[in-house]
Amino acid sequence: MYLYPRWIRGWHMINALIFIVLIVTGISMQYTDKDSTFHMVGFAMAVRWHNFAAIVLTINYICFVAGNLYTKNGRHYKINRETFVSDLMTQTKFYAFGMFKGEKHPFPVTLKSKFNPLQKFTYVLAMYVAVPLLIISGIGLFFPEITIDRFVGISGLILTDVLHITMGFFLSIFMIIHIYTCTLGSTPTSLFTGMITGYHKSDDHH
Amino acid sequence: MKFLKFRLFLFIAFYSFSTLLSAANVMFSNDSIVAADTAKFIPPYAEDNERCFKCHGQSKYEYTNESLGRQVKAMMFSERILKRDEFYKSNHKNFSCTDCHSAEYVNFPHVGTLRMEPKLNCIDCHGGDENFAQYHFEEIEEDYKQSIHFKLEEEGFSCWKCHDPHSYKISVRNMTNTKETVAYDNAICLNCHSDFSRFQLLTEKAELNILEKHEWLPNQKSHFASVRCIECHTKINNNIPVAHQIRTKEEAVKRCNECHSQNSILMASLYKFSAREERRDGFVNGIILNESYVIGANRNKYLNIFSLIIFAGVVAGVGVHVFFRLKK
Repeated sequence: MYLYPRWIRGWHMINALIFIVLIVTGISMQYTDKDSTFHMVGFAMAVRWHNFAAIVLTINYICFVAGNLYTKNGRHYKINRETFVSDLMTQTKFYAFGMFKGEKHPFPVTLKSKFNPLQKFTYVLAMYVAVPLLIISGIGLFFPEITIDRFVGISGLILTDVLHITMGFFLSIFMIIHIYTCTLGSTPTSLFTGMITGYHKSDDHH
Repeated sequence: MKFLKFRLFLFIAFYSFSTLLSAANVMFSNDSIVAADTAKFIPPYAEDNERCFKCHGQSKYEYTNESLGRQVKAMMFSERILKRDEFYKSNHKNFSCTDCHSAEYVNFPHVGTLRMEPKLNCIDCHGGDENFAQYHFEEIEEDYKQSIHFKLEEEGFSCWKCHDPHSYKISVRNMTNTKETVAYDNAICLNCHSDFSRFQLLTEKAELNILEKHEWLPNQKSHFASVRCIECHTKINNNIPVAHQIRTKEEAVKRCNECHSQNSILMASLYKFSAREERRDGFVNGIILNESYVIGANRNKYLNIFSLIIFAGVVAGVGVHVFFRLKK
């Protein structure tokens, strides 16, 4: 079935590339050292690319939110509060045990619901909590003069930075898990192919 | 017991009475108010110095010229005007003007040859003095002689080009507010490097635009407000309080990592005197955090450990999952 329209594939591709740039340059800045060879990119170049990628990410994010508001894609992110916990448990059990016993996917992919409950939950957390916090704290670091000087006795810049690197870290972890779970389709590469062509094979687990 | 109570009563009565008396004294006597204000500094040579400040403390001067037989009133040359307040806040506030300048200055008009009097440099008073031995003025002098200022302008340059003895005060050693110290110290450099009329007194070079020259520096405004010019433009010397070997522009620090790293050079320069507080709440170079935040220099060891544990957990989780998938 045709699940991923062109704009989502475009947005997703840009997001993926930008995420890689941001992670590499972000780690390079955070763990920079003059004597060590640990940093992957030099500090000055890391700053330049991180800033550039951050602007692209922000614009891309605005497009994503707008796309979800003005197309039907937004409905995939709506969580059913009543069955939320039990659905989450069912899906987790499937990934932990069921799939090894050859059980059927508890929430098969349909045009009306392309995400399973665990996906919904993590995607909402990532896209509507972590990314906005990452962008807001990033703007605070990009323009340090607008960041509050002190908050309950602690420098506003430290708090902003700790928030930024924490969100950056959790989103990096999200990305690792996201990429791994994408190998859980009917074949390890089928879901990746789906994200390029837009077509999802109906017997996929993911 | 009764005796003890009586003694207690006497003590309280005496204490209350004396407190009341001193309070009344402060309230009704102006002298006491002045005496109580111990923060007010009374310079020992204020009266003597006032004879100089009378003319040199303002933009116009006035005196009776005996050979002309009349009162002379004229504008004071701006370079010869000193600010009283700044002088009495400076490190040399306890000095009499004539400690350094000729006593002949008491005559008006001042004798022309006095202009030729040799000016004292820091080392002339501070060198070889045990009281100042800990500051290693000799080494400061050595450092200065290696600096680009001395090399290019041996004749024109002197300590006073940067440190006006009439207003100089210790800044970084008494640092309580980093931003104020940075502003004070940078003003010394900008005094010439952003004022072409002064700059051209010492060089034939064309006018420089500091902001343009530093365009490569990200968040330039924050950098200029948070660190001193000398952080990047001097060679660190751990033996003296503040490095004095100003380097050529080619030798200036341009690698971000010099400051943005765990072993940041800022800890040996700007934060040298406050660096004793090594770590705070797990943050490396914690002292910087009092007023600033330096990416790369202020990482947190607890967050590092925590993130490594989570990362290892995720990798292990994925590994186990892959294992069971392959087994199936």
